[in-house]
Amino acid sequence: MEVKTASFEKTASPKATTVSGAEAVIKCLLEEGVDTLYGYPGGAIMPVYDELYKYQKQIHHVLTRHEQGATHAAQGYARVSGKVGVAMATSGPGATNLVTGIADAQIDSTPMVCITGQVGSHLLGSDAFQETDIIGISTPITKWNYQITKAEEIPEILAKAFFIARSGRPGPVLIDITKDAQFASLDFTYKKCSGIRSYKPTPEINLIEVERAAEAINNAKKPMIVFGQGVILGGAEELFKQVVEKSGVPAAWTILGLSAMPTDHPLNVGMVGMHGNYGPNVLTNECDVLIAIGMRFDDRVTGNLEKYAKQAKVIHFEIDPAEINKNVYADIPVLGNVNETLKVLLELLKPNKHEAWHQKFKNHHQIEFDKIIKNDLNAERGKIGMAEVIDEINKCSKGDAVIVSDVGQHQMVACRYSKFNQTRSNVTSGGLGTMGFALPAAIGAKMGAPDRDVVAVIGDGGYQMTIQELGTIFQTKVPVKIVVLNNDFLGMVRQWQQLFFEKRYASTEMINPDFITIAKGYHIKAKQVSKREDLKEAVTEMMQSNEAYFLEVKVEQEENVFPMVPTGASVSDIRLE
Amino acid sequence: MEKKNFTVSVYTENNIGLLSRIAAIFQKRHINIESITASRSEVNGVMRFIIVVQVTEEQIKKVAGQIEKQIEVIKAFYHTDDEMIYQETALYKINSADFVEDLNIQDFIKESNARIVTVTPKFFVIEKTGKRHETDSLYEKLKPYGLMQFVRSGTIAVTKNEMPISNILEQFDTTN
Repeated sequence: MEVKTASFEKTASPKATTVSGAEAVIKCLLEEGVDTLYGYPGGAIMPVYDELYKYQKQIHHVLTRHEQGATHAAQGYARVSGKVGVAMATSGPGATNLVTGIADAQIDSTPMVCITGQVGSHLLGSDAFQETDIIGISTPITKWNYQITKAEEIPEILAKAFFIARSGRPGPVLIDITKDAQFASLDFTYKKCSGIRSYKPTPEINLIEVERAAEAINNAKKPMIVFGQGVILGGAEELFKQVVEKSGVPAAWTILGLSAMPTDHPLNVGMVGMHGNYGPNVLTNECDVLIAIGMRFDDRVTGNLEKYAKQAKVIHFEIDPAEINKNVYADIPVLGNVNETLKVLLELLKPNKHEAWHQKFKNHHQIEFDKIIKNDLNAERGKIGMAEVIDEINKCSKGDAVIVSDVGQHQMVACRYSKFNQTRSNVTSGGLGTMGFALPAAIGAKMGAPDRDVVAVIGDGGYQMTIQELGTIFQTKVPVKIVVLNNDFLGMVRQWQQLFFEKRYASTEMINPDFITIAKGYHIKAKQVSKREDLKEAVTEMMQSNEAYFLEVKVEQEENVFPMVPTGASVSDIRLE
Repeated sequence: MEKKNFTVSVYTENNIGLLSRIAAIFQKRHINIESITASRSEVNGVMRFIIVVQVTEEQIKKVAGQIEKQIEVIKAFYHTDDEMIYQETALYKINSADFVEDLNIQDFIKESNARIVTVTPKFFVIEKTGKRHETDSLYEKLKPYGLMQFVRSGTIAVTKNEMPISNILEQFDTTN
């Protein structure tokens, strides 16, 4: 007897129709509410593309210029919309080109389903043309993967794929479909997946732990919150704000937690971590209770673990049991989805203000402002600084734009200085640090949030890693705004070379092409700015443009991002210069 | 923290690729797998992996957590040697001529409670089940006589305490 390992919802009209495996794939996507997917055709996935041609009124396929771009676009789409991003590619090189995006989605918990074509099942293992073991390759970087060799498996497996990608702690799923399974026919009915017996997406809440957490917070004299993307993924932003406001606890964010709470909220005390703000880093080692909410104590957040918040009682609100005690010991682990655990917590919290403790954050902010922020924003001489550009974008966006950043100095500056009123506004590659992420992710972000302004902020290095996606922007006319902060250097590596490698600038200087000509080659409006007095007008013009717009800003070449926690140092030994 | 032997018992669905998914978790952390076996378990349709590694308790806790997180893993437990009943099986292939001529070999077999599995005019196959030091001891005794072949299975083990795996599966609602 076959053992039932998954459960599926009952459907209203389970009347089967006979279709090909390829058509079944499209029908599954439609059943899951997919309206947009990103991909690149090729031999082993051609039957599915043939069906996409027939279904093009119902489902928008975006042809990226590289499969990596398809994954990042799907990620951008997922991050702003909360829906599952979908990317599609052929076998062999098509599939291997997805790898970076899949790894990025895995470490940043982004819901994504990747569908790859595979050689016919009779050819598996024969080293056939464009055959690669993408299941083996993607195993360590997927939440789940599966190879379909029979058409009749398609509905159930895709239902499971979407269920797994979006439930619990989200992540990427890869489904590899052999070409013969795409050609073969099946009786199609679709039932959404509602459970898998070996998989528990959300742990049960232990009320005793929530009560212990509330008691610790209520008794704390110097409590501090560090929140991460879990607040956003759990859809708990409003609840979280109420927790912060009722308890009066200063709240700092990780890079992926950014925008879960308005940046101008009086209890928002800034970013933790390597290039985070001075106050929350220093005071991490002074607080008496550290309340971690939906974050995973990445090494870029904690610095030296031996000297991280040792004086504090740590409360960890987390959906993934494997994160508890992984890097930082949790005195009080609170498992569960934060949209449920915070609801219980809120009721148990006593109103408080912690005014003297807040003053400490303000004092530290003043030190950082005098030493760094003031100069970053109001330099009068020299070339334009990166923060000035972000500041101009803020002035135009009023904090309502989606900012998609790449990886490096500009990313740290964008995250430090961007203003956000709404959640799901900060899209960046946090865990993997994937250069080349921003341009394709911005395409997906704009399609996932068509009513919002989407600004990609990219360095000259990362821009050239996926620059071919300008072709996707040109073809789809997606009105993204692209800002390249060009210092003709791989700036972050150069900064490390300056500080830790005695200024030996090994392979960090970039001899760059004429980016304006390149943009114009794709018929994208483009402008270059190098003088401070022209910046405001150029940013305004870009922000007001209804079409895609490329703005290159020639910035100070050897600017360093501070504050900085050097590798191996304690967060409280953060350097201001 | 001190490194010691831990036996990880992983109950999983019976699917292609799970072995490499589980092995990859050890590989990512640069942990060498001492032995690994997979077989059916006491529950219909559920596989059981037995993996032996030498790590610290802190490491094994985290590794077990990461294994259990995999979608098709039902539950992962870890135990120290004294919490388990464990055995290995070894096969020794020796030349028939040596066996007949040298009475020592016959004594070794009797003393070690080994068993003769196959007899042919050319070779004998001896099987010994026991702890690692027992199969090693017989190996050392037979080695001087020219072992034609030797192989040993991975550790198989059951716990002294109850494994609540059936209860976990019963909670799954299949009425949908």
